[in-house]
Order: sequence, then structure tokens, then C-alpha cells
Amino acid sequence: MDDQLKNEEHTGTSRRSFLKKSSLITALAFTPDTVIKAAEKGLDEQIASAIETMPLNVTINGVKQSVRIEPRVTLLDLLRERLHLTGTKKGCDHGQCGACTVHVDGQRVNSCLTLALTTEGRNVTTIEGLADGDNLHPMQKAFLEHDGFQCGYCTPGQIMSAVCCIREGHANTPDEVREYMSGNICRCGAYSNIVDAIMDVKQGGKKV
Amino acid sequence: MNQFSYVRVTSKESAISAMAKDKTAMFLAGGTNLVDLMKSGVTSPERLVDINNVPLATIEETKTGLRIGALAKNTAVAENALVIKHFPLLSQALKAGASPQLRNMATVGGNMMQRTRCHYFYDNALPCNKRNPGSGCGAIGGFTRMHAIFGASDKCIAVHPSDMCVALTALDAVITVAGPKGERKIPFGDFHRLPGDTPEQDNNLQRGELIIAVDIPFNQLSAHTHYLKVRDRASYAFALVSVGAAMQIKGGNIADVRLAMGGVAHKPWRLKEAEAWLKGKSATEENFRKAASMAMTNAKSQGGNAFKLTLAPNTIVEALKTAAAQA
Repeated sequence: MDDQLKNEEHTGTSRRSFLKKSSLITALAFTPDTVIKAAEKGLDEQIASAIETMPLNVTINGVKQSVRIEPRVTLLDLLRERLHLTGTKKGCDHGQCGACTVHVDGQRVNSCLTLALTTEGRNVTTIEGLADGDNLHPMQKAFLEHDGFQCGYCTPGQIMSAVCCIREGHANTPDEVREYMSGNICRCGAYSNIVDAIMDVKQGGKKV
Repeated sequence: MNQFSYVRVTSKESAISAMAKDKTAMFLAGGTNLVDLMKSGVTSPERLVDINNVPLATIEETKTGLRIGALAKNTAVAENALVIKHFPLLSQALKAGASPQLRNMATVGGNMMQRTRCHYFYDNALPCNKRNPGSGCGAIGGFTRMHAIFGASDKCIAVHPSDMCVALTALDAVITVAGPKGERKIPFGDFHRLPGDTPEQDNNLQRGELIIAVDIPFNQLSAHTHYLKVRDRASYAFALVSVGAAMQIKGGNIADVRLAMGGVAHKPWRLKEAEAWLKGKSATEENFRKAASMAMTNAKSQGGNAFKLTLAPNTIVEALKTAAAQA
């Protein structure tokens, strides 16, 4: 929203008219009084000053990170936009597709619905943190061997979810894998090969 | 998402006090519904009070039952040995809900507090009495496949989507909440509301109150339980209709029974008349069918969900049959 506002400023359009024209006026009904008053008076700067940042200390793929972020930044946006860890994908951004799946303290979660500030002091693992140097993780190898993808967009989320599916003990049968991988959608429909890859790793008995 | 301020608290006292200071604040637990609603511009708190570090996540046995902390994750409850032993219906219901990722994030209290909702609630371009009281209901006369067949009003026909809450209603759980004036208890069936003229209120939690725990009293119903969820795909979808059934069967007769439904009303829908009728009867399909038909007495279609008038009783019968067949 602030980027859009800044762009309008550069084109010389008054922010107030921009706000009136745009759908943002709906959102304004819910914004803090100070912001609404600032917008009404044309005091555009107060919108920016209303944005506060807070410190966050979080370990990501074994590296301690200290950043200052706005409270509304999701873990997904922190990873992609601030730390440039773009392996984690933004699909639906509403917790419905699983493309953004990462591990927080070893548990798979949707990073798009996780506010980054809630990960203070926690350990986050993304797809970039799964391999051991150039040695791919067994699940990454299995996805390659079984052709567990077509376009590849959902793959990082599928792999992160698949690792937990085995760790949780929910990969005993293909049916169980299908149920416990239901939070990861593949638009290409590589499901049968994904299930094969997970069953292969499970039956191979390697530690994941 | 609109900007908001954020405060992290580590005790229930500081949580309640932080909430009392700001009337536009909301508690943030797992965030799986709230953050989604904030992204959609449906809910816009000016302040979030992050309660994830408040120590309310334990699951423990008491003299009379199990006490589950409000911040216990849905996965932790579903996989808990005490829950599986004493209340398998709760574990089954939790596992039928959402996705593994969401269950790892979502808490028991948050699951209860998720909005009763439908697609029209999420669509800011359309009227919704729940999102914007007095604006009208976009769903009535619209696309009503998912909507209520029980207890709807001319203001709102949305359903509460939780599976966990169906089980907790059936199991006679009791909720403990704490607020500035101290603690109070709410029977689970009295927590969520029917829409009436105030569909913006999903439940009876008062402003500033925090859910502390849910107590489930021990029962003799664990041998015959089944949670049956019918949905548009095999997994990870809201229920069209779901049924939680638990019975105590002695010598082929139903000594005790609990029945509740999801996906059919603005709140988890307990079937007390059907339960009362079934008690003492033999556990036969014929009796299950009669009880199901009794449960449907006041059901009303919205048009697009007319199929639920047939699906719901069939689901009740199937859930009871499966529960009864368990050894």
C-alpha cells in the first residue's frame, strides 16, 4: 500500500484523491483514526510514520538473523523479500496451497499465515537449508528420481511437507501419505509421483 | 494487510491487561484464521496481542476428566495419548480438519474462535451482516451449497466450520475463560451462538476475555466412536455435513450416546432429542434411521443446499452404524 502511495506522490496526484479513487477507501474504514485523519487532511507523512518496525531475532537455516520489520510482515515475505531466500514459494498466500511450507522448530507450517514476529527465538528451516552442502537431502533426490514435479512451483513446499510427513510417522501407506500431504496442492497433478517419492524414502529407511 | 501494532505477552494476566488497554486489540494465537481475514481486509485490528508465549498449552488428567490448555496445538491434542484413550472422537475430529500444516499452527482456543463464515463474508464487494452489520446478506438467494439447514435467520445463513468443536460439543466439554473480573465457566454448547439479529457475534465470549482451557469430563463412550465428515474432496475441505457419534453399548442396547453435527448451523449442532430417544434402544440401523429423522425435524433448505436434507440423516445413520460396529 505504501509503495502505491509513494508512486502516486511522484506522479503529482494528491494522495487524498488517490485514496478516494482506489479500493483502499474500503480498507480505510478499518484503519486507525490517526491514519484516517491524516488522509483527510492530506498529511501524507503521518501514514508513513504510523508504520512502526520491531526487532526480530530468528535462526534461519542455522544462521542467526536480526532484522527490524513491521508487525504485518509474514514469515514468507521476510524470507523472500528481506532475506532473499526465494526457494519458499508464494502460491495462494492464504494457507490453502502449501507452496510456502517451512519448518518452525521442526514443525511444518504455512509461512504465509505466520507473522514473522511470532518466530522470535525460533529455528526456521527452508528448502535452502535441507541439503547438506552439495549433497541433496534424500527427499530431494527422490523427487528427482521419481519425477515428482512438472512446473516445480509447489515442489519446495511439497518436499518440506514430505520430510515432516515421514518424521511424524504418517507415511506408512500410500493412502496415509495422500491424507497427510493434503495441505500441498500440485496444479500440474504430479501427485502419483510425489507419493512414490515419499514411499521410496520411507521404505529406504534413511534418516530424514 | 493494514498496519497494526504488536505486543508479545508471556502471562495470562499481562494478556488480559494488554487487551483492556486497547478496545480495538485482538488476541493472536495460531493466526490461521485471523491473519487470513486481515489479509482479506475483513478484519482489521489496530493492535495484536500475541499470546503464543503464554503457558497454556498443557494437556493433563484431572480427577474428573482431561484439561486441555487453550494454546495446545490441534496436532498436539489429536496425537495426545490421553486424548486418544479417553476421547477418540476428539482426535478423529481434529484429524479431519484443515491440513497438517494448519493443525500444527492452530490452537484449541483459536479453533473455537475462528469465524463462523461463508464465501460472502470474505467478499468485501458484497453485503454481509456479519462483516458489516445491517448491510444485508449476500448469501440468501445466492450460492448456498455450503450453508445452514438449522437455526439460520434472515440475517445470516453461514455455518461454523470447525470439526473439533463438533466433538467438544458432543463430549459436554466446559470452557474456562478469564477476564478483568476473574474466571468463569461456559458449557461448550452455550459458547457459540445462532445468528438471530446479531450475526456479527459468533459466540458469547465477552470483549477482553481470554480462553484458558477446555475440560472434558470422563465418560463411558470411548469404545464406540466415529467422526464422519462428508466433503467435496477427499481431504482438506470444509464439511458439507459432518457427524460426531459416540455410544456406550451394553448387550446390544445403547446405554449412552452423544451426537453432534457440523456444517449445518451457525454453531456446532448437538442432537439432544435424538440422543434421548436412542437411549435404552437397541443399536440397530432401523433405530438409527428413526433418530436421524427425528434430528431433521426443523431442517430447512436454502435452495442450493437442499441435498443436505438427505445427506445429513444418511450421515447420522452411517456414523452411528460405524461407531456401533467397532469391537
